[in-house]
Amino acid sequence: MRLIRTSLALLALSLTTAALAAEVVVYSARNEQLIKPLFDAYTKETGVTVKFVTDKEGPLMARLKAEGANTPADLFMTVDAGNLWQAAEEGLLQPVDSKSLQANIPAHLRDPGNEWFGLSVRARTIIYNPNKVKPGELSSYEDLADPKWKGRLCLRTSKKVYNQSLVAMMIKEYGEPKTEQIVRGWVANLATDPLPDDTKAMEAVAAGLCDVTLVNTYYFGRLMEKKPNLPLAIFWPNQNAKAPNAGVHVNVSGAGVTRHAKRRQEAIRLLEWLASDKAQNLYADVNLEYPVNPKVKPDPTVAAWGSFRQNLINVAEAGRLQTRAVMLMDRAGYK
Amino acid sequence: MPASPWLAAAPIALITAVPVLVLLGHLLHPDQVIWQHLWRHVLPELLVNTAWLALGVGLGVSLLGVSLAWLTAACDYPGRRFFAWALLLPLALPAYVTAFVWLGLLDFTGPLATWLRESWGIHWLPPIRSRAGVILVMVLALYPYVYLTARAAFQGMGPRLTEAAQSLGVPRWRAFFRVALPMARPGITAGVMLALMETLADFGTVSVFNYNTFTTAIYKAWFSMFSLPAAAQLASILIFFVFVVAVLENLARSRRSYAASTRASQIPARIALRGGGALLAFAWSAGVFGLAFVVPVLQIADWAAGVYAQDFDARYLGFAWHSLLLSALGALIVVALALVLGYAQRLRPTPAMRLTARLATLGYALPGTVLAVGIFIPVAWLDNQLIAFFRLDGQVLSGTLLIMLLAYCARFLAVGFGPVESGLSRITRSVDEAAQSLGVVGRRRLTRIHLPMLRASLLTALALAFVDIMKELPITLMTRPFGWDTLAVRVFEMTSEGEWERAALPAAVIVLVGLLPTYWLIKHTEHAHT
Repeated sequence: MRLIRTSLALLALSLTTAALAAEVVVYSARNEQLIKPLFDAYTKETGVTVKFVTDKEGPLMARLKAEGANTPADLFMTVDAGNLWQAAEEGLLQPVDSKSLQANIPAHLRDPGNEWFGLSVRARTIIYNPNKVKPGELSSYEDLADPKWKGRLCLRTSKKVYNQSLVAMMIKEYGEPKTEQIVRGWVANLATDPLPDDTKAMEAVAAGLCDVTLVNTYYFGRLMEKKPNLPLAIFWPNQNAKAPNAGVHVNVSGAGVTRHAKRRQEAIRLLEWLASDKAQNLYADVNLEYPVNPKVKPDPTVAAWGSFRQNLINVAEAGRLQTRAVMLMDRAGYK
Repeated sequence: MPASPWLAAAPIALITAVPVLVLLGHLLHPDQVIWQHLWRHVLPELLVNTAWLALGVGLGVSLLGVSLAWLTAACDYPGRRFFAWALLLPLALPAYVTAFVWLGLLDFTGPLATWLRESWGIHWLPPIRSRAGVILVMVLALYPYVYLTARAAFQGMGPRLTEAAQSLGVPRWRAFFRVALPMARPGITAGVMLALMETLADFGTVSVFNYNTFTTAIYKAWFSMFSLPAAAQLASILIFFVFVVAVLENLARSRRSYAASTRASQIPARIALRGGGALLAFAWSAGVFGLAFVVPVLQIADWAAGVYAQDFDARYLGFAWHSLLLSALGALIVVALALVLGYAQRLRPTPAMRLTARLATLGYALPGTVLAVGIFIPVAWLDNQLIAFFRLDGQVLSGTLLIMLLAYCARFLAVGFGPVESGLSRITRSVDEAAQSLGVVGRRRLTRIHLPMLRASLLTALALAFVDIMKELPITLMTRPFGWDTLAVRVFEMTSEGEWERAALPAAVIVLVGLLPTYWLIKHTEHAHT
């Protein structure tokens, strides 16, 4: 019996990668083309190999949970604070006490419990057709529920997390009844059924099917790079500091060290490097996002859209209130 | 065959049953708040939506699949040889890619609507983002399942039936409805069931159209509301529904028996179409082929050409190789297991065995991501037990090809089993008795008589499984070993952030690699009888 056990153990050992030396394993819901250049640069600089697996965030979290203490993953990386919050909520991450992370990342873009950290910022803002709308007509997210926009608004489907986070932040500011009124107003103003993605929504605005929509800034950047002549312009809403819900709704992509990381120090080093001055441009610019680190200037294309006041509510709230936001959008008939 | 057919059937059924049961285990802790919300605000719409979708797709794939199968299998008209294999090609396109292409072409912002507006001032096109639009695109993507299985059935008939009907003075078109169609029913039903299961499990296509179905609600409950119990509740309703339909279909089938011509030496005389008939047949074949394949592929090729310089690199060889290898291995295992299961059912056709076989094929109707997680949980659990027992310092099972291939079996057994079962149902008892009287029994009967008679069915099953695995995404993402990216994974990396133009390149390579088996299959079934 003992002999069998030993030989089986030896066999299993030979099958597993015992090389715990200079490598770190990342589970990432951020696409390969956005992270691979970074990891290659990191390997070049430090000699540490980064192994990574990409998947959607939901399956990755299910995977981390099922693997438990034996997970090979050291770092979990994903888009949207809601997903990061959920990973922390499920007990998949561990707190990291790091001076450099706290110095490089503004407080509202990381977990108050230090389990996850934003690494890039995307703003969810208003895009309008300058041939049909004067910037003076625009003011805030809430204003798009006003009857003057009837038949002039396009929205992306409520199934994607980006509008769920926006609504969650509004619940935090206004409470559910008032937020539901606003969302119902949006639905009443729709020119067409909700569209499958931000790009389609902008194309509809450019084609004249509607006049305004809400998108993440990098989709706008990407579309304008491909088709610079489209009649589309960017507007920063909620800039009146004295009004409620002040500031543009921002979200992050980010990462956290897994609860059972076998290479905890390596994971922290990689995380600190990603938030550092030299990596931040590489991280954000590849997707036309804003660096999370305030010392780092965004890509010239992104900088040209002008500066704006961010909403300073901690993005963790988007996660905490996400389920309620989804239910509210269902009730309001926002598909 | 082992001594008891059950010894063979039970483990195969377990491959699917375990993940399904793992999911249903979450029903023990129901999530009342979310469930009540879904019941009130979400379920009414999605029940109606799902029913319409299933009905529309079921009718549509039957119409397209059966008509084209009959034309290419039993008639002769210009272009028939080409269409025989070309009509299968839409299988190689991931359905959601076809959906995105058509949406792009026909939506308000697309080239057609823009041209109509700017040149003619016409502001109205029938809306593509509608129930009819989803159904149409799904039918174009899924009719090949029926085309293939119906074609195998028509080819397996032999000429004597229609000859007999004609000698009795029955006109040709009536012979089709009175003789050929009823005879081909098991094959056709198998194909329609596959298309319907695929429809119910689909997430990509309905997402492109923002059309709410069971699947979108399951994803929403799980990944947006973070409620696995609610997702499991929805999934269990879906599974129950599919199971009931499968059992009913099976009961209806088992009450009738079908004979097949066993004279495999004769090629049926084709009905030569002339004049108007030939023109119609050509137009119908060309029209379906154009809409389902040519148009999407031209658009994909156009996009792919635009990003080729930027994205194409040596890694694509690796992606293509991984896709090919996994699809080939997976297809072989799926078909082998389907054959064993089919035989077990044939040797022991009890109700319990029939139920077991239905259960084993349910994985195909579950949304891919849900099944992938259902598979991963027990595998990880087993790994954790092994690690604890042998004090290992890493996983043994997760991230191995073995687990990946097993997971493909859990999902695609239906694809192999449908054609195999309908093929076996056409080998009647009299064939076995005749063989026995000649002293051909046991293994010799299998290799000398059954396998040649099953050839078309097995090839069909292989091709379907191959192409399906090549397009498969959630299981591949979840269980692939480090660095084992496939073409489908590349498509995912691009589409998940909406970069459809860049996704066209890997999609185009999927089509190219998928061309091979479809061409090969039709070439080989063209001259295989029964």
